[in-house]
Amino acid sequence: MQYMMLLTETAAEFAQREDPEKAPAYWSGWTAFIGAMAQAGIIVRGDGLLPPHTATTLRLRDGKPIVQDGPFADSKEQLGGYFIIEVPDLDTALAWAARAPSAASAAVEIRPLLPPMPLPAG
Amino acid sequence: MSEAAIQAAEHAARTAYGRLVARLASRSRDIAGAEDALAEAFAAALRHWPQRGVPASPEAWLLTTARNAQSNAGRHRRVALAAAAALERRQAEPENPAEAPEDWPDERLKLLFVCAHPAIDAGIRTPLMLQVVLGLDAARIASALLLSPAAMSQRLVRAKAKIRLAGLRFELPGREDLPARLAEVLEAVYAAYGTGWEGTGPLGLAAEAIALGRLLVAELPEEPEARGLLALMLHCEARRDARRDAAGRFVPLARQDPRLWSRPLVAEAERLLTEGSRAGRFGRFLCEAAIQSVHAQRAATGRTDHAALRLLYDLLAQQAPSLGVLTARAAALLEAGDLAAAAVALAALPADRVADYQPYWVTRAALLRQQGLVAEAAAARRRAIGLTQDPAVRRFLEDA
Repeated sequence: MQYMMLLTETAAEFAQREDPEKAPAYWSGWTAFIGAMAQAGIIVRGDGLLPPHTATTLRLRDGKPIVQDGPFADSKEQLGGYFIIEVPDLDTALAWAARAPSAASAAVEIRPLLPPMPLPAG
Repeated sequence: MSEAAIQAAEHAARTAYGRLVARLASRSRDIAGAEDALAEAFAAALRHWPQRGVPASPEAWLLTTARNAQSNAGRHRRVALAAAAALERRQAEPENPAEAPEDWPDERLKLLFVCAHPAIDAGIRTPLMLQVVLGLDAARIASALLLSPAAMSQRLVRAKAKIRLAGLRFELPGREDLPARLAEVLEAVYAAYGTGWEGTGPLGLAAEAIALGRLLVAELPEEPEARGLLALMLHCEARRDARRDAAGRFVPLARQDPRLWSRPLVAEAERLLTEGSRAGRFGRFLCEAAIQSVHAQRAATGRTDHAALRLLYDLLAQQAPSLGVLTARAAALLEAGDLAAAAVALAALPADRVADYQPYWVTRAALLRQQGLVAEAAAARRRAIGLTQDPAVRRFLEDA
């Protein structure tokens, strides 16, 4: 089955990316995690995201676009990246999620991908 | 012929329901689909068996028919589901039609542990196990667990969908996850036993719970709490014939005739309790079994060791401070003649939760009577009667 792993991080973790003292440890944690998933051959695709302050959110209200600075939800944990993984079951996906560096400070959400839509009967 | 066929179908439904659902669902991971397929197979049995006779192995016939129903349903949905993964699993486990039902692997434990998965909403795990493995309907589970039937059905449907869509693994959990999930499974099996025990539940449910208890002990021999639960259920089961008098009236434990207790069942319970205690981890069910063991000693000694009971109830209240345990502890203090301690224990219970809790009012009525508060005792007893479901218990309270 394919699952999306939505990786959230705290403001402190996003700040580590920019901190010359903490950045090497921060990135090496993620490199190790991603490397292990790659070696297990479970990554379908995946990306890290720039921090939430680079986000822009749009809502259409009464036909008018309302554009706002920042992510869609004001929360302590913000999306920092995602992976689509191919594993046999949720339990395997959870075992991988537990290894994510941010799991101890923020959260990892696991969701099955919507299966392909059936083709129209013809 | 037709009567025998209907009886055979009913017998299979009662004894093999959980085994069949578990077998069907462990392959497809689709519990609702397995239940639907099995319902179709039972309907087919009621159509075919009266005319063509009951097959040599009703269980194998039902399994094959349900498998066919499953693959018919699957054909309509296949594209939408992750078909490749399902097909791989199917190839991994080839069908063997010659296999006799008694040689089937028992998949019920796997199914129980899936229902106890942390990815499933905690409040629906026990109801899910009761329905899926023991075949209880939503209304009966709701009344056994004191929940609303409509909300119950909806949450059961949602939980089954989550198991299928999120792809939960149908395997026994690893060593790390086992203790937490085992506690949930034991809880559900005990709830099933309680539902069958009280006389309001369907026939055979208590026996089914005990059978699951035996399966747990056999499959998880390292787990002392599984032995504790089985010992507890067997102690209660041993008293089945002593719980009603000749006129069908309820007889409380303290007034039961120990000669009516089943000695083989008591002996088996005692053996399990001894084995379980050796592990050095004295969990909630071992503790409850030890309490029942103290009561069982009355058959040999002619008296009840209230000091031992008090110690065990204190331990149990620390481990599992549920309303039921705390009320039972107060009742034990009262039995031991310590009115003051019983009054303190009852007063400590949360007022909003005892309002409709029958055992609380029974215990309170007994306390007030012993304190000589006749009018208050009568009022508490009336309240207890109003909260009683079992007619035999109601009559007992009315005569008290």
